[in-house]
Amino acid sequence: TRDGDEMVCNRLYKRPFNEAFEETPMLVAVLTYVGYGVLTLFGYLRDFMRQWKIEKCQNATEREEQKDFVPLYQDFENFYNRNLYMRIRDSWNRPICSVPGAKVDMMERVSHDYNWTFTYTGRVIKDIINMGSYNYLGFAQKAGTCQEAAAKVLSQYGAGVCSTRQEMGNLDKHEELEKLVARFLGVESAMAYGMGFATNSMNIPALVGKGCLILSDELNHASLVLGARLSGATIRIFKHNNMQSLEKLLKDAIVHGQPRTRRPWKKILILVEGIYSMEGSIVRLPEVIALKKKYKSYLYLDEAHSIGALGPTGRGVVEYFGLSPEDVDVMMGTFTKSFGAAGGYIGGKKELIDYLRTYSHSAVYATSLSPPVVEQIITSMKCIMGEDGTNVGKARVQQLAENTRYFRRRLKEMGFIIYGNEDSPVVPLMLYMPAKIGAFGREMLKRNIGVVVVGFPATPIIESRARFCLSAAHTKEMLDTALKEINEVGDLLQLKYSRHRLVPLLDRPFDETTYEETED
Amino acid sequence: MDIKSMKYYLYWLYCQFELITCSYLMEPWEKLLFYSFNITMLVMVLYIAYIFVPVHITMAFQFFLHLFGNQHENTVSIVK
Repeated sequence: TRDGDEMVCNRLYKRPFNEAFEETPMLVAVLTYVGYGVLTLFGYLRDFMRQWKIEKCQNATEREEQKDFVPLYQDFENFYNRNLYMRIRDSWNRPICSVPGAKVDMMERVSHDYNWTFTYTGRVIKDIINMGSYNYLGFAQKAGTCQEAAAKVLSQYGAGVCSTRQEMGNLDKHEELEKLVARFLGVESAMAYGMGFATNSMNIPALVGKGCLILSDELNHASLVLGARLSGATIRIFKHNNMQSLEKLLKDAIVHGQPRTRRPWKKILILVEGIYSMEGSIVRLPEVIALKKKYKSYLYLDEAHSIGALGPTGRGVVEYFGLSPEDVDVMMGTFTKSFGAAGGYIGGKKELIDYLRTYSHSAVYATSLSPPVVEQIITSMKCIMGEDGTNVGKARVQQLAENTRYFRRRLKEMGFIIYGNEDSPVVPLMLYMPAKIGAFGREMLKRNIGVVVVGFPATPIIESRARFCLSAAHTKEMLDTALKEINEVGDLLQLKYSRHRLVPLLDRPFDETTYEETED
Repeated sequence: MDIKSMKYYLYWLYCQFELITCSYLMEPWEKLLFYSFNITMLVMVLYIAYIFVPVHITMAFQFFLHLFGNQHENTVSIVK
């Protein structure tokens, strides 16, 4: 059946699917554990000193009267927070004071007590190259057509809506937006919500309930996980982007039914994302749709990072693979990333959206989108579609694709370990060791480049990374400057772990033997 | 010039040691504690090696000689 699978996949994929996750080198893993071991020992020492009042305790503790109750701050997460996170905390929550475009201004801050408190020096660091904002098509601008339109609408409608969609908050702007979103995605109907996280967490409970099965990817976003848990359905996890694992779960679900009663499941919903932002991987959508059709289940696709960023005209991962939007039952996305606004949408068949208009928690209880934000989305979407008469949108989509390919190729050539698909604008660069997380963030800021570094608990404990988000607003000069600095910092901190033993995934599904076969 | 690049290389090696053992993140008194512990252990290991390794090597050498040669040359030389 191996050749059968290969032929099936060659037929399903119209373009090569290049995704690679290089294995952690053994020495690096051992040294990472050594680093964490040393920090843990010092963490215990500091906790001991805080307990015996040798050192002032600056973190949250229980009050004296509560000391005999169940301890609140004894678990690993709080230990990690006090002793490891606090040491490198200056790399996060940095306050910016300008629009987060390709370059951003940041307020300088120093800490005199090792990151427990920060003070502002008053200086503003100007023109930092912004490699951390989700600004894929560069619509985060303070001048231009989007900004002018939004300012005009602000003077017409004001900023607040003061009601929910079902009461008095349904503006004509919202209706216009929803028709436009439906046309953009190629679906029958769409509905927009005020917050992307709330779109997932409040609408999945409206779609599935007890007696239904949710098959969710291992690395799904917290909003999908929260929505799945709130719904009360049974949740089963399949390995990340692994179609064999998904098929096995689907087969088991159909054959065995619900756990005790053996009745068939009311609904099976597969939750996947378009681009996974921590790995930079793209979902294997043709295979998921083939499986969905074979086993008669439903597909919920979260295109938070892929809408606007993939596909020749920016319509997302469905267009990227050349599939029809009618195959995806629920297409969800956010306006935060590629449209420079805020909020989320769900698109699908008219019956589904009409049902959600009545039964979604967001529609009933949450305030609707603010009018200038709606106008920003409308203008940027029309720009991407080319309906404003220029081909600025198309140029931006192409610029993003070029930037992605160039940046990823150069980083791989330099010798860093980069995860993910060749075409995804999210580029995770592996750091592994805890001291290098803090060092990378600080060194890059010294060189005027702002990056986002990620550690535990957003990633597995040894796989900490720096995540670059490319933008169509980055010019080649900016990328070259950034690459030069990354090269320098990589040599300084010795981050070039790659042994060029890439396991290029061909047009063939991933399985456990792929690694053994192509090892040199 | 070579001394300068050598010094820079040694400094770079020290930075790598700091990053790997996470002493880059420690406060100065923690660094003092950590380095003094490390240097004490290193000095102890070197001292033990200095005292015991030659004795062990000569004993092992004699053992293998006895095992393979079974000569009486040693007793002869001592009597002499």
